[in-house]
Amino acid sequence: MSEPALIFRDLTLGYGSHAAVHHLSGTVERGSLTAIVGANGSGKSTLMKGIAGVLKPMAGSVDRRAGCTVAYLPQQSELDRTFPARVVDLAAMGLWPKRGLLGRHTAADRAAVAEALTAVGLQGFAERPIDTLSGGQLQRALFARALVQDADILLLDEPFNAIDQQTTADLLALIRRWRGEGRTVLVVAHDLDLVRRHFPLTLLLARGPVAWGPTQESLSPANMRKARGFDEAWHDDAAWCEPETGHDHDHSHAPSGLQDGHRAA
Amino acid sequence: MYDLLLAPFVDYAFMQRALGGSLLLSLGACPIGVFLMLRRMSLTGDAMAHAILPGAAAGFLLYGLQIVPMAIGGLVAGALVALGAGLVSQLTVQKEDASMAAFYLISLALGVLIVSLRGSSVDLMHVLFGTVLALNDEALALIGGITCLSLGFLAIFWRALVAESMDPLFLRSVSRLGAPVHFLFLGLVVLNLVGGFQALGTLLSVGLMMLPAAAARFWTVRVGPMCALSVAIGFAACACGLLLSYHAALPSGPSIILSAGAVYLASVLAGPRGVLRSRVQRHRHRVA
Repeated sequence: MSEPALIFRDLTLGYGSHAAVHHLSGTVERGSLTAIVGANGSGKSTLMKGIAGVLKPMAGSVDRRAGCTVAYLPQQSELDRTFPARVVDLAAMGLWPKRGLLGRHTAADRAAVAEALTAVGLQGFAERPIDTLSGGQLQRALFARALVQDADILLLDEPFNAIDQQTTADLLALIRRWRGEGRTVLVVAHDLDLVRRHFPLTLLLARGPVAWGPTQESLSPANMRKARGFDEAWHDDAAWCEPETGHDHDHSHAPSGLQDGHRAA
Repeated sequence: MYDLLLAPFVDYAFMQRALGGSLLLSLGACPIGVFLMLRRMSLTGDAMAHAILPGAAAGFLLYGLQIVPMAIGGLVAGALVALGAGLVSQLTVQKEDASMAAFYLISLALGVLIVSLRGSSVDLMHVLFGTVLALNDEALALIGGITCLSLGFLAIFWRALVAESMDPLFLRSVSRLGAPVHFLFLGLVVLNLVGGFQALGTLLSVGLMMLPAAAARFWTVRVGPMCALSVAIGFAACACGLLLSYHAALPSGPSIILSAGAVYLASVLAGPRGVLRSRVQRHRHRVA
C-alpha cells in the first residue's frame, strides 16, 4: 500500500493565464480511495482533467507510475446521447486500451462487456439504443465502460449527481470492488455525509489544497471554514504568481517562458 | 418494363457511364454523409461544397472545362477552407460553425468572381450544376479513386471515427487519434465533394452525400446498418434520377437529387422513427 500511483509535483493547472488548481504537491497511494471535495470552481474537475491528461499543466507535473492506465468519467460528458448506438456498443468502447483501433474484439472481450453490464445492473439492456436510457441507467452504462477499461486508476467526476439512492449504492459497491482489486480510485463528490461514510481519504480543494489526509481530519470544521472563504472569481488584476526564493519550484526549467507566469486567481 | 428501366442503360454508353459514375460516388459519399450528419455537421458539408468553388474555377480559368485541374483546384481550396476553419476553432474561442461560415463565404465570392472573369453563363452552369451525362474516363477514374480512398479510410478508422463522433472526450482520454481522424475525415468530405462536382456540380454534389444519410436516420438505430442503408438509398436515387432525366428530358443532376429528396420525405413520414409511427402509435404502450 505504500507504492505511489500518482505523484503531483507542484502542479498548477488552469485556463488562459488563470490558475484553477494552484501548486498541488502530494502522492496518491496505489489502491487508495480518495474523495475530492470543494466548492464549485475550486478546481476539482480541472484536477481530474489534468490527471487524465486532457489538460496540460501550466507548471509542475502529474507523474503516473509506469504502465498505469487511467479510466476517466468526466462530469460533463461529451457523449452524444442521440448517436445511433446500443448500450453494448457504448460499454465496448472500454475495450479501446486493450484492442485499440484495429484489434479484433474476441469472444472473451464480448463476454467481459456482458459481464460488466451485469455487474452494473444493466443485464437485459445490451440491445437498447442509448437514447432510451434514463440518467441513472446511462451512468451505470458509463461505469460499465470504465469497468471494461480495466484501468489501474479510476477518475470519477461527480458520478453521483442526480442519481437516485439505489443507483448510488450500487455504484459505491462497484467502487469498493475496484478498491478491493488494488485499483486507485479518485472521486469528486459534493455530498459530505456520503464522503464521510465511504471514503477513507479526502482532498479538500479551494484552488490550492486546503487539507489532504484522513477524511475526518480533512473535513474538520476549521478546514471547511477555510475552504468556504476562498474567492471563486478570477481577477484580471490578480498578482502574478512568482517563484519565491527558497520555494522549491523552479520555473526556469520550463521549456517555454510563455507558460511560466500564471495568476494566483 | 424493359424499355422503361433497362433499355436506356443497355443502349447508350453515356447512360452507362453516368450510372457507373454516380453509383461509385454513392458508395463513398453516402457513408461519409452519415458521419457528417451524426456529427451535426450536415451544413458543414454544404459549406465545403461552396468552398471548393474558387479552386475549381481557377482550374477552369487556366485549363478550360477539364476535370483534373478543376478537381485539384477544388481540393486545394476545400482543404484550405477546412484547415483554416478548423485551426480558428481550435486556437480561438470561436466555434467551428462560425469560422466555417466566414471562410466558405469568402471562398464562394472569390469563386464566382473567378468564373465570371472568363467564360459564358453556360460554363458557369456546368461548374455549378455538373454534367453527369458527359462523364469521361478521367472523371470516372477520379471518382473510383476517391471512392476507394473513402472506403479504405472507413475500414481502417471505423472504430476511431465512431468513438470521435459519439464521445470525443472519451477518445481523447484513451488515444491521440481524435484530431488526426477529424482532419482526415474533413479531407475525405472535400474529396467526395470534388468527385461529385463533375457529375452533379458544386451546388448539388453535397445532396448525394447528405440526403440518403438523412433518410437512413429514420430507419435504424445502429450506425453500421445506417451507412449500408444510405448507400442503398443513394444507388436507388441515382438509378431513378437518371431514368427520370432520360424519359422526361430533365436535367440529370437535379433529377438524382430530387429522387433522393423524395426518399428522404417518404422516410420522414413512414420510417420507424419518422413522424407517423411515433405519433400514431402513441395510444398503445407496453407496461414495461
